[in-house]
Amino acid sequence: MRRAALPPDALDATDRAILNALQDGFPLVQHPFAEAARPLGLTEDELIARLRGLREIGAITRFGPFFDAEAMGGAFCLCAMAVPEDRFDAVVTLVNAHAEVAHNYERRHRLNLWFVLATERAEAIETVAQAIEAETGLAVLRFPKLREFFIGFRVQA
Amino acid sequence: MIIDATDRRIINATQGGLPLAPAPYAEVARWLGLTEAEVIDRLDAMQRQGVIRRIALAPNHYALGVTANGMSVWDVADDRAEAQGERVGALNFVSHCYLRPRALPDWPYNLFAMIHGTSRPEVEAKRQEIAALLGPDCRAADILYSTRILKKTGLRLKERN
Repeated sequence: MRRAALPPDALDATDRAILNALQDGFPLVQHPFAEAARPLGLTEDELIARLRGLREIGAITRFGPFFDAEAMGGAFCLCAMAVPEDRFDAVVTLVNAHAEVAHNYERRHRLNLWFVLATERAEAIETVAQAIEAETGLAVLRFPKLREFFIGFRVQA
Repeated sequence: MIIDATDRRIINATQGGLPLAPAPYAEVARWLGLTEAEVIDRLDAMQRQGVIRRIALAPNHYALGVTANGMSVWDVADDRAEAQGERVGALNFVSHCYLRPRALPDWPYNLFAMIHGTSRPEVEAKRQEIAALLGPDCRAADILYSTRILKKTGLRLKERN
């Protein structure tokens, strides 16, 4: 995925209007592009062509349904460890070797290693966390989600 | 909600995104040997039950210059945490907002909010906005910036019944 900003002239006003409007939703009807195009003053074909272009330049991360991973089955748990500096790389190797480790970030804090465990069954979270503790001799703090709040995140394009 | 094998096939087929074609749901139906109406009805049911949060476009915020982010964490009084979490999550610069258990004595924070901005100072300014919103309900706070991505794999859903 593109992690650098696009040049300022990469997007015109229509591109920006599309990116802003479709963040809020996309219709679930037979011809959704035609319906979404209307308030933007575009035709169905124009909207599809614009979206192709935006995807090609890396301006779109995802376009489609956003699933609640837990509702589909599976369990997730944010975990953190305080890893001594001189053992950092070795511990990362041990942690990342587990397929259940989905994301892993180094962060500036005494708790300097933060990762997400993703498993098919809830019980497996404990098994993997305990295995990492046994392999590293370090505590794995578990921060399971107690409540997730509705997200109003929108990027102004 | 119980999702069945057909729902699961629809999820797997659309996880990477919808086809950019005039009738995208008909296209998905064709891939799976279903009817367009069946795909639309099932997506609609999953959306109503919360399995699908929304069908939408997610801009690449890095491409749009929103390249700075930090994990802000807050120690919010237990009896205020739910109400305050709702308010923080609704902010347009917060992409994830969760209530999690504290890990005392190491970790007093129970509210986690990922903040995005175009620069580190902008993220700090937004963090102050959250602090102002929480007011006296917040007893301690911190922000953790990532220094390295050590692993990032997408969610992989196994096919099963």
